Amino acid sequence: MIRFLKLTMAVAGKDIRSEWRTKESLNASIAFSIVVLLLFSFAFDPASESTKEFAGGLLWLVFMFAGALIVNRSFARELPNDCLDVLIASPLPMAALFLGKAIACFTLLMVIELISLPVFGIFYDITWWNQPGWLMLILTMTTWAMSVVGTLFSALTVNLRLRELMLPMLLYPMLIPALMAAIQLTTVVLTTDPVGGDNYTWVKLLVGFDIIFTSLSLALVDFVLVR
Amino acid sequence: MRDKLLAGAGALAAVLFVRNLYVMFMQIGDEVDQGAIYRIIYFHVPAFFTAGMCYIASMLASAYTLWKKDLRADAFAMSATEVGLAFAAVNLLTGMIWGRIIWGIWWAWDPRLTWALISWLVYFGYLGLRKAIDDPSERANISAVVNIFAFTSVAITWKAIVWWRTQHPAPVLSIRGADGKIDPAMEAMIYTNWIPLLLMATIFIAIRLRQERALRELDAMRRWAHST
Repeated sequence: MIRFLKLTMAVAGKDIRSEWRTKESLNASIAFSIVVLLLFSFAFDPASESTKEFAGGLLWLVFMFAGALIVNRSFARELPNDCLDVLIASPLPMAALFLGKAIACFTLLMVIELISLPVFGIFYDITWWNQPGWLMLILTMTTWAMSVVGTLFSALTVNLRLRELMLPMLLYPMLIPALMAAIQLTTVVLTTDPVGGDNYTWVKLLVGFDIIFTSLSLALVDFVLVR
Repeated sequence: MRDKLLAGAGALAAVLFVRNLYVMFMQIGDEVDQGAIYRIIYFHVPAFFTAGMCYIASMLASAYTLWKKDLRADAFAMSATEVGLAFAAVNLLTGMIWGRIIWGIWWAWDPRLTWALISWLVYFGYLGLRKAIDDPSERANISAVVNIFAFTSVAITWKAIVWWRTQHPAPVLSIRGADGKIDPAMEAMIYTNWIPLLLMATIFIAIRLRQERALRELDAMRRWAHST
């Protein structure tokens, strides 16, 4: 178990380090999310009061677009020089490889989200620190959902001809449960209303989504990677 | 022999269907609040059940594909998904017609309807993914994993009317613990009309599987021709 965790962290560390040194998808994603935020401001009046009602939705759409860029690179990064084949042939358990990559995606996504959040607050005049505990909880759980499903689908589509097209097409519908929950909860959290009542259903959904999809991915990853 | 079996099943489905139409229009009366339009439930619910059965079958076939590396199970999963999609479309369309009459709108974005649509899109994506992979065993592997993932959306659709307060009616069938909310004769009709739809789905899947087998044979012949 300890060995498994060590290997997982080694993969995660490797991914984060190589991303940190080139910053290619990190910079692109941050720039991309800011551009999308800018574009949304043309679609409707960002100064109006009603903005608060769909602020959660906007935010998560931006994060999801940026997330697709990150998870797409997760396995595609290993294609040059046949790194992926070497990783698969190495004595590393596939679950550790997968989990490590998911953790790396999760870290990168969190960085992007924490950078875009203040930008979002400034552009749309939204106070997002009303309930920091809940916000962090929602961010963490939804980002984990995005990373774990995204990494698995990145592994699935890595060898396809239309990889850039196939990944979002498969990933977005699959993520809708987590995304719906995150949007509902974020909209509540951005106001001063406490989270309660019907909204607990969404929290439960988010927790359930994380547990089910993490275990499902870990169970199936061997079939995906080893051909 | 197989042709005769299929034709027999088709004839049985047709006879049952005509009988059901007679009973639901001539013998079971109108619903008190909704009038005649409520009869769409005799198609709406069985179509969903049939689609659900197809999805379950295709999920099980996908698991078997991963376990035994069996390409025939993969072909079955694909056929069942295609037929399931057709019945899910019937379910969505009949629901929309009913909603137009009773609610006044074609579509309401409540969890049940949304998730029924999500499942449809997810399975549609599964079929699209299959087209993008050339190697048969790789296609079987990858699409089987996607299929198992896709099934979660069906499970959520099934439970959505219990978990949320939806615009879609709450459970009325006694199999979902809602005793006495629906007239027993009406509930019985829902199940009775499910039988011809299930028979139809079985026939469609069998035909689709036959096409798939022919396609594989053609493929093998083409490869043989190229190799000599």
